[in-house]
Amino acid sequence: MMNADLIIAIPEITLLALACLVLMVDAFSKDPLHLLTYWTTQASLLVVLALVLYYFPENVQVAFNGSFVSDSMSAILKIFMCGISFVVFLYSHEYLKEHKCLKGEYFVLGLFAVLGMMIMASAYSLLSVYLGLELLSLSLYAMVAMQRDSSSASEAAMKYFVLGALASGMLLYGISMIYGLTGSLQLVTIADKINLDDTNRMFLVYGMIFMIIGIAFKLGAAPFHMWVPDVYQGAPTSVTLFISTAPKLAAFAMSMRVLVDGLMPLVEDWQSILMILSVLSMATGNIIAIAQTNIKRMLAYSTIAHVGFLFLGMISGTSSGFSGSMFYIISYALMSMGAFGMIILLGRNGFEADMLDDFKGLSERSPWFAFIMLCLMFSMAGVPPFLGFWSKWFVLKELVASGFVELAGIAVIFSIIGVYYYLRIIKLMYFDKPESMTAIKSSKQMRAVLSLNGLLILALGLSPNILMSLCLTAIAG
Amino acid sequence: MIEQIVFYLFGGILLLSASMVVVMRNPIHSALFLVLSFFASSAIWLLLQAEFLAIALVLVYVGAVMVLFLFVVMMLDINIATVRAGFARFLPVGITVAVLMVTAMGLVVGADYFMSDTYMAIKSVGSDYSNTKELGITLYTEYLFQFEVAGAILLVAIIAAISLSMNKSKITKSKNPQDQVFVKKQDRLRVVKMQSETKGTES
Repeated sequence: MMNADLIIAIPEITLLALACLVLMVDAFSKDPLHLLTYWTTQASLLVVLALVLYYFPENVQVAFNGSFVSDSMSAILKIFMCGISFVVFLYSHEYLKEHKCLKGEYFVLGLFAVLGMMIMASAYSLLSVYLGLELLSLSLYAMVAMQRDSSSASEAAMKYFVLGALASGMLLYGISMIYGLTGSLQLVTIADKINLDDTNRMFLVYGMIFMIIGIAFKLGAAPFHMWVPDVYQGAPTSVTLFISTAPKLAAFAMSMRVLVDGLMPLVEDWQSILMILSVLSMATGNIIAIAQTNIKRMLAYSTIAHVGFLFLGMISGTSSGFSGSMFYIISYALMSMGAFGMIILLGRNGFEADMLDDFKGLSERSPWFAFIMLCLMFSMAGVPPFLGFWSKWFVLKELVASGFVELAGIAVIFSIIGVYYYLRIIKLMYFDKPESMTAIKSSKQMRAVLSLNGLLILALGLSPNILMSLCLTAIAG
Repeated sequence: MIEQIVFYLFGGILLLSASMVVVMRNPIHSALFLVLSFFASSAIWLLLQAEFLAIALVLVYVGAVMVLFLFVVMMLDINIATVRAGFARFLPVGITVAVLMVTAMGLVVGADYFMSDTYMAIKSVGSDYSNTKELGITLYTEYLFQFEVAGAILLVAIIAAISLSMNKSKITKSKNPQDQVFVKKQDRLRVVKMQSETKGTES
């Protein structure tokens, strides 16, 4: 029985072992570029990716006394987590090398963060959810703080840590409430208990509210979004890039596990809470983003707005709505990866291209990368035929099908407001004169991968059914 | 009956010392009240017959963590005035939130809803019963996965702490003990040949 359990969790076990290996490799390497560390990290991610694919679960497999589950949703999310982290590390290596703040621990902590995400995706008991989240957050706090001589990074790390600890406290408080009321930590048992007897429903909802607050903090939904802009702006771009991509998939997995697997009997209650969070997030994100001059900060507000949209799919409460949300978060992670990749591409040693003005006249400096950025921004704004249009389309379609027409209307209005600040970047790139004609210098692989990243957004937008059918099987199976 | 008296006694001490931690002006006093609250909660654990947890709490938190904590508090020069600067300004907000929370908690947390009837009273067990052993068996079988993940979290904490505090840049000045041990006389001492000076040669 134990061996079967180990095979179900083999990608996680391998990743833990490989992360320790990378730690040892880095401790003994004297290379200032940390090339060996970097390549072992990337190889580890590929090995884990291959293992997830090889052991792709055909049905729901539960292991370790119901604390770990492997189903198609967890497997597909893990594939994207590994793949996205691979590209993120590639961009980050470029950034850290250029800005001369390369540290081997970045990759070690990054691998542990990926492990935390994978555990969150596979968590089947509240305790596993919490531990996975802590493993992820702890690694991220340290990664933000790693640039010790930058005061803005230290400030961002401090804010992130304090608010993150508060959010974890809220989540734990909710978990202990639910545990006290149902007598179980396992998500399925909790759902069964509530289905059998919901006489104390009000008190279950009380516990659930705390858990939703914890989740909203981690996703960065308004009104729990205060940390997002400061952390995005203050952290080194390599870390912002990491925070805004793969961990979002993990946060989505966490909300699916907790709300859908565990608290589905309380669906009417969490629907209305998510509705408030969603409208507030879309309003704050889209409106405040207009006033930003720093592109990292602007993208932070855009994240908040996108999280609002992500909730819309969950509000619809149907399995196709959840697939829509999953599609949304995956496409958001891909777009965000490209957008922060562009900031890294334009930066040089001692210079961060994080102001909107740095994008002025990009079409003259490099027409190709201006086009890539155009794809990314059009996609984020939701212009057809790019990927971002389809993600909004699927979510809204499910929302209307479930009868939330007004909410869909509000969402459309806010996304139209949001179009303004995405198009502003395109205007700056194509219609303004560049402030300097410095050539973009970066390695061939960075250019190639970033171009692929942008073209992927376009290609998936032209045939969205590939990704959508993946998401549909993920939720249904 | 006697158990209830003991419970309320230690529960009262716990609440009182916990609020003193927040209220005290001197951080050392706060830390010492925290020690007291750990003692009180370990006494409550003893009431639940969880001897191992009670002792672990005292050993780990009081014995190790709090001592380190006191060291840090004594080494850092914390200016209480700046820490307390916003106190009066944020007090109304704080009180509002606290009152709301306490009211909501008071409505929800109670024996009526917490299925206290479904939890069995603690079985009285003989003196040969080992709480530690039971805990170990549960930890290494039922919660094996969580136990391993917790281990990974501790490893990350160590890596993070070391990578954040180890600074190889020029700001820190440090000696290499090995170089000091292997130092030779000729590395440090330079013998200079000079002509001997004689008194009163000039003038």
